[in-house]
Amino acid sequence: MCEPKGNGLAQSDEKERKRRQRGRSIAIALVLGALVVLFYAATIVRLGGNVAKRAM
Amino acid sequence: MAETTVSYDEARAEHPGGAVGDYIALLKPRVMSLVIFTALTGLLAAPGPLHPFMAIVALLAIAVGAGASGALNMWWDADIDARMERTQSRPIPQGRVTPEEAATFGLVLSIGSVITLGVIVDWLAAALLALTIAFYVVVYTMWLKRWTPQNIVIGGAAGAFPPMIGWAATTGTVSIDSVLLFLIIFLWTPPHFWALALVRSDDYSRVGVPMLPVVAGAAETRRQILLYSVLLVGVSLAPLWTGLGGVAYGVAAVALGAGFLALACRLWAAGDAPHGARRARQLFGYSILYLFLLFAVILGEHAIQRIVG
Repeated sequence: MCEPKGNGLAQSDEKERKRRQRGRSIAIALVLGALVVLFYAATIVRLGGNVAKRAM
Repeated sequence: MAETTVSYDEARAEHPGGAVGDYIALLKPRVMSLVIFTALTGLLAAPGPLHPFMAIVALLAIAVGAGASGALNMWWDADIDARMERTQSRPIPQGRVTPEEAATFGLVLSIGSVITLGVIVDWLAAALLALTIAFYVVVYTMWLKRWTPQNIVIGGAAGAFPPMIGWAATTGTVSIDSVLLFLIIFLWTPPHFWALALVRSDDYSRVGVPMLPVVAGAAETRRQILLYSVLLVGVSLAPLWTGLGGVAYGVAAVALGAGFLALACRLWAAGDAPHGARRARQLFGYSILYLFLLFAVILGEHAIQRIVG
């Protein structure tokens, strides 16, 4: 009768592991997305109006 | 000889890995908030224009860099953290994050924050951030902390750099005013930490960290606290001469400094009396309020100047 209990525990450990892994994956995705936006915005800010003013 | 091998998947199954909250804890969010605040003061107090977006990026990079050094500190100190009451609930001693994961996390964020600050804002500010991280991790954590009772005096420089980084992010330079902001935090650190160490000396003694109360005794620590408090209050008045601080700052620096000196004197006078620990706790709590208010006044004065023009 002990075995099913043990399996149940292992299953809940596995569930917890997947939950944490999913959380970490989402966090990494959000950070990478934020970095893309950050560098894009920085490029726009640094360029400012200079693109429009350049010599043709 | 029979050899037991554990596959990568089995090893991963045994260690479920940390939750996102554990990685945030590695960044020492409370320390980070003080770093953001002092860096913001440096950013706004510095003369010259600063694009709001650049200011936000600078603060973000400084905060992440500070957090990364916290993660690297927890990686290196995991052995003593596990035996100290104040630190045993951290993610590594609790087994929620492995030391290797913490080290990788800290290194990636350190490099990322320095490069981001350099590429987007200013390379001098980025160099100062790199120096801050290296100073905190290598000079303080790895070298001084377990070696000398002067650990937090010299190591305190790491915590004092953020306003200087903020200043450099705005101006691209280091000036006498940014050095004064550095000096205020640098001289504030010993009385602040030694007041805590007086109360927690058993903890430090057990793990072999040579904090001043452990090595030189409580009486010498109280004397040094008073000495550094006098130096701190003296230096805190210097921004009045350079123009960094205005009238409000002058009033705050004198009033808050008087309070600091009074508490340091009371702690020194308490000797080994039973209420000495209470005096140390009072000074520790007051020191946090002192630094916060002093920088808040500088921040407020310069924010108003920027708004009014």
